[in-house]
Amino acid sequence: MIVYGVALLSVCLVVGMLAGETLGVLLGVEANVGGVGIAMLLLVFASNAEKFKTLATGAAGEGIKFWSAMYIPIVVAMAARQNVAAAVDGGLLALVAGVAAVVVSFALVPVLSRIGRSANTISAANEEEVR
Amino acid sequence: MDIIETVFIRNNLVVAFALIGVIIWISYFVANKLTAGRIHGSAIAIALGLLAAWWGGVVTGGSTGVADFALLGGIGLMGGGMMRDFAIVATAFGVKLGELKKAGLAGVISIFAGVLVSFIVGAIVAVLFGYSDPVAITTIGAGAVTYIVGPVTGEAIGASSEVITLSVAAGLIKSILVMIGTPLVAKSIGLNNPQSAMVFGGLMGTTSGVAAGLAATDPALVPYGAMTATFYTGVGCLLGPSILFFIVSSIF
Repeated sequence: MIVYGVALLSVCLVVGMLAGETLGVLLGVEANVGGVGIAMLLLVFASNAEKFKTLATGAAGEGIKFWSAMYIPIVVAMAARQNVAAAVDGGLLALVAGVAAVVVSFALVPVLSRIGRSANTISAANEEEVR
Repeated sequence: MDIIETVFIRNNLVVAFALIGVIIWISYFVANKLTAGRIHGSAIAIALGLLAAWWGGVVTGGSTGVADFALLGGIGLMGGGMMRDFAIVATAFGVKLGELKKAGLAGVISIFAGVLVSFIVGAIVAVLFGYSDPVAITTIGAGAVTYIVGPVTGEAIGASSEVITLSVAAGLIKSILVMIGTPLVAKSIGLNNPQSAMVFGGLMGTTSGVAAGLAATDPALVPYGAMTATFYTGVGCLLGPSILFFIVSSIF
């Protein structure tokens, strides 16, 4: 049943959001801390677990894949409802601050990716030694 | 005319599905025929969406792009936070745990590094533009983190509404630039595997920007980038009005 997959996806999102809101309250922050990320982890665990097999394979899996495929259309709709006019009206300061933040962050991607890679080689080396 | 209005408004979400379908069809047609596939169809669709949003904002004076036209209200629902998050979570289906573990540490580091770097850059720009009040500098710096962290921080530390508006604008610029810029720079920053996508999501942090930017680069990378990006705004809201504000106050 397709709806089983959709229901699994929905439960993951709701539980993740609840966890994110709770985390926000515990940290004293007016924001949802990682709700979507937690929901994604839940779905990854569920779709890899034997117990949830009936909810994530066959027709049920198609229910999840459908929403995954609707992702780009939804993102296009999201783009069409952004407050672009306000961003354009923000003036030079907003423009410079936004552009500078993006340029510097882009430049850091390869630097931090390297940290990740070297940490992996170290842990891989350690595993070798243990063996 | 009345009949059209009634039908469109009553079925606004369905109208949005049809309209977005047409936009994507046009975009892929243009991408394949005019650019010979060099520019990804979804990148063109997102750019068209942003253009339409700008036009909608100018014409209606509202804050949600074309969704402020009554006949296109469904775009607001389809592209709103609920549907966006639902589809993002769905992309995690099929993600391998091993890939997540491999970039786990770098992903976490990138979230904190991303918040700090964007904040510092935004704060420096504010100082260069002549601000010397720590509340304003912190709020504009927080705006460069994301357009949610800016107002949350500004309200917490008592910034003026002009400064808060400025911080939102800075965050919007960042988000839009990530949407458009990511496919252009992807190759030169090595954005072609799950690990670098997680680092990218953590560094950029704007969920909308990362979601659209990665979709236009390689849809297979979306779940990895989105996973880290969704923690970013929370971390920003945590650090902005507290540690970062104290540090700025001690300097100015």
